[in-house]
Amino acid sequence: MQKQNVVIRFCGDSGDGMQLTGNMFSSLSAILGEEISTLPDFPAEIRAPQGTLGGVSGFQVCLGNGVYTPGDKADVIVAMNAAALKVCTLGSKFNQAGAQYVEADSMYKKDAVIVVDTDSFTKVDLDKALYKTDNPFTELGIPESVQIVPVALTALTKESLKDSGMDNKAILKSRNMFALGVVCWLFNRPIDKAIHFLEGKFAKKPALIAPNVKVLTDGFNYGNNTALNINTINVEKAEDLAHGTYTSIAGNKATAWGLIAAAKKSGKQLFLGSYPITPATDIMQELAARKDMGVVVVQAEDEIAGVCTAVGASFAGDLACTSTSGPGLSLKSEAIGLAVMAELPLVVIDVQRGGPSTGLPTKTEQTDLLQAVYGRNGECPAVVIAASTSANCFQYAYEACKIALENMTPVILMTDTYLANGTGLWRLPKLAELPAIKPQSVPEELKGKYNPALRDENNVRYWAFPGMEGYEHRNIGLERDSQKGSISTNPENHERMVKARQAKVDQVANRIPELRVQGNADSDTLLVGWGSTEGHLHAAANELNCALAHFNYINPLPKNTAEVLRRYKKVIVCELNNGQFASLLRMKIAGVDFKQYNEIMGQPFAVERIVESIKQM
Amino acid sequence: MEASQFKSDQYVRFCPGCGDHAICMALQKAMAQIGIPTHEVAVISGIGCSSRMPHYLNTYGFNTIHGRAGAVATGVKTSHPELTVWQMSGDGDLLAIGGNHFIHEIRRNVDLNICLFNNRIYGLTKGQYSPTSPKGFVSKSSPFGTVERPFIPAELVMGARGTFFARTLDVDMPTTVDCMVKAKEHKGASVIECLVNCVIFNNGTHNWIADRETRADRSIILRHGEKMIFGANKDKGLALDYSQGLIPRLIVVAADDERVLTHDAHTADPTLHRMLALMGQEKFTDVANAEIQPELPIALGVIRDVEAETYDEAVRNQINAVQEKSKVKSFDELLMTLEHWDI
Repeated sequence: MQKQNVVIRFCGDSGDGMQLTGNMFSSLSAILGEEISTLPDFPAEIRAPQGTLGGVSGFQVCLGNGVYTPGDKADVIVAMNAAALKVCTLGSKFNQAGAQYVEADSMYKKDAVIVVDTDSFTKVDLDKALYKTDNPFTELGIPESVQIVPVALTALTKESLKDSGMDNKAILKSRNMFALGVVCWLFNRPIDKAIHFLEGKFAKKPALIAPNVKVLTDGFNYGNNTALNINTINVEKAEDLAHGTYTSIAGNKATAWGLIAAAKKSGKQLFLGSYPITPATDIMQELAARKDMGVVVVQAEDEIAGVCTAVGASFAGDLACTSTSGPGLSLKSEAIGLAVMAELPLVVIDVQRGGPSTGLPTKTEQTDLLQAVYGRNGECPAVVIAASTSANCFQYAYEACKIALENMTPVILMTDTYLANGTGLWRLPKLAELPAIKPQSVPEELKGKYNPALRDENNVRYWAFPGMEGYEHRNIGLERDSQKGSISTNPENHERMVKARQAKVDQVANRIPELRVQGNADSDTLLVGWGSTEGHLHAAANELNCALAHFNYINPLPKNTAEVLRRYKKVIVCELNNGQFASLLRMKIAGVDFKQYNEIMGQPFAVERIVESIKQM
Repeated sequence: MEASQFKSDQYVRFCPGCGDHAICMALQKAMAQIGIPTHEVAVISGIGCSSRMPHYLNTYGFNTIHGRAGAVATGVKTSHPELTVWQMSGDGDLLAIGGNHFIHEIRRNVDLNICLFNNRIYGLTKGQYSPTSPKGFVSKSSPFGTVERPFIPAELVMGARGTFFARTLDVDMPTTVDCMVKAKEHKGASVIECLVNCVIFNNGTHNWIADRETRADRSIILRHGEKMIFGANKDKGLALDYSQGLIPRLIVVAADDERVLTHDAHTADPTLHRMLALMGQEKFTDVANAEIQPELPIALGVIRDVEAETYDEAVRNQINAVQEKSKVKSFDELLMTLEHWDI
């Protein structure tokens, strides 16, 4: 069977190693020259009771050619237990008594292939997953068109490792490798490449290589030899990728590395002040591991201290950053205001999650947009930009640093759970190829005459910091005199300063790329999106044969925004919130009737849903 | 260096008679005595009367937001350990809104010199009670008296495993300057509790100690390595009495009593430091205790001064150690540590 691209979903208990299996399969596919886009989907509980519906962990990947999203629904499911089968089949209705397969709710297509571990469907397993009968497939109403591939994964893994000397628990943990072997066979992955990959993966734990290779190979051979009654699948290789060296990278890691690259390029020390918060924590962890790159990381006592230590480091001349999610951004508001007032460079990364309050900590949403743009006291403009793929988190983190350092302003970089945890192909850059970063400095002739109000022709304040002789000054969160830099409560001065700070942020529009239209630019209909939805909207626009304007720069907007948007009869702003970007555009761009398509379910868009809904509009 | 080199061009706007004037002058003197050039000194403050201090010092300064001076100062010092960093905060700024940052900068032992201006009142917001106001204190926000137990700053510092604590009076310039110099010499978080008078909203709050007539008998200036002797006639000393059950207590004895203790600020065990710092404090924790005439003197000077690894130093050492061992020297090399393949 030949396919352009295919969606596969691994699901099982949170202890079954589904994230690892999914990641390995994705990387293996990428190495074979396919595009990938992944979506981990794990429960908020660290370890829910084994075998229960609440403990089901999933990992979905789309691979092949022309891959923009992890896919709406799976072509292939690997279900490690009865609970996983139920959750995949019923989707969000898994908790409803008597619910049955409906394609719209289900996580797989009606002609999907489902590999199940038959050993995990005992009476006990069925009871834990709240089945009412002994026949889960009938009970769930799984259609005839779905091909069930029963594999006694547990027994076969035990058999495979019976001479390994491993204990039963360790053997059971290797079930996922057997499943991976079966899937490698199903997708005609060359087993030697898979083995080579596995050896690399376990390079630091050599004792684990042999047993894992054995199970993987046995899984592969099982599919091959028993000729499971099913056609194997060939997937197209990527066609449009530029030649180069690639890796597969998650958004949070790409973000962290973008900051490091910017520090190296600008010659600044990288400082991160942060506090653990889902789903942003990986950024701090990634940077804490990068002492080899000289990164200074303070795990602060709270979110406020996270941003305040960064403001301190910025005052002292560093490239200073803080990473957080929505609730943390709320707590950091006042200190971001301080950086706006003190006109210090600062990069704030908001990995958005479902809100408000604690909300849905492990789910994705775009609901912090207006908080990022406006959520501070006073007239308090900051630059806001958004990454739109897991891989381009690198580019936009780098860009955030560049804008902050060159314009003496806080920059808020928006990503979200979907980008943060998902992975995509990333072409490795060379530091020399990246755009130059020239941090704002202070002219030599101001030595001895410097004050913190002095600015250049773009309204960007000159930057002097402790250690520099002859530039001693007092910076403040109070209003400062526009000439002398000292405290001022003068009415006209305050208005002048408010406008100067606004003008400084506005002129950033001259330094960013113009808005580009994707898809069929001549269509009457324009989809508008921002941030992480680019892949889904791109695919939807292709299907609808309409145009797409996708924003990475939110504040200020690209200079040609009004001109582009006014070109279209029907402008539909699509976002994972209740219409925040649409509201912002209504406020900023007159003469356009903005329509909205919104989803607020803590999930990424599904291309099919967008297409169907837009057709009705 | 001269104190005048540390004076900025700003007109000092503390109220006439405010204790902060004296602390400001003491700081300028201490900084001159320490001799670090002005461009290598950063003074970080929060919000409040005392947080105006950076404006009057000709160093690098940052008057930040309410309560956050400790966190900002931690960022400055951790990113640039070569700087000398001072933090100026009031009792509200440091112990109420900034309480969390305060205990954590002490716990981490960041090499900061922290001046806690304790006037037991919120001055800039015009007279509300603070975390150091005695229980029952009548203020604009406690017209019937507070019902809260106050902090004793020394106890909080030692509870947070503090390595340096000094207490001084606005009216005692030499001791104040000496405490500041010692705070700078101490590696780690140094807290100087400056007992300052708020002439407008809490006038005379420290009079019982500060009164020139009785100060020598009501307070003791502790100096490391010196005998704990006090009194206008230097005739009294402090000793430990073990006769009252399991827990020894401090008592006043004659100066020539062989039991008179010698102050050891450098001993790691905080037990005696805590006892010394708490002497007479019950008088200031409840207005009902106002009439109490403590038998023991109020401790001033450097009470605790213990060496321990500082946070900023530890952060730097770890980075250096990893860099020394690492084969990865550049960003391009770092990229090659990722699993990668050519397309």
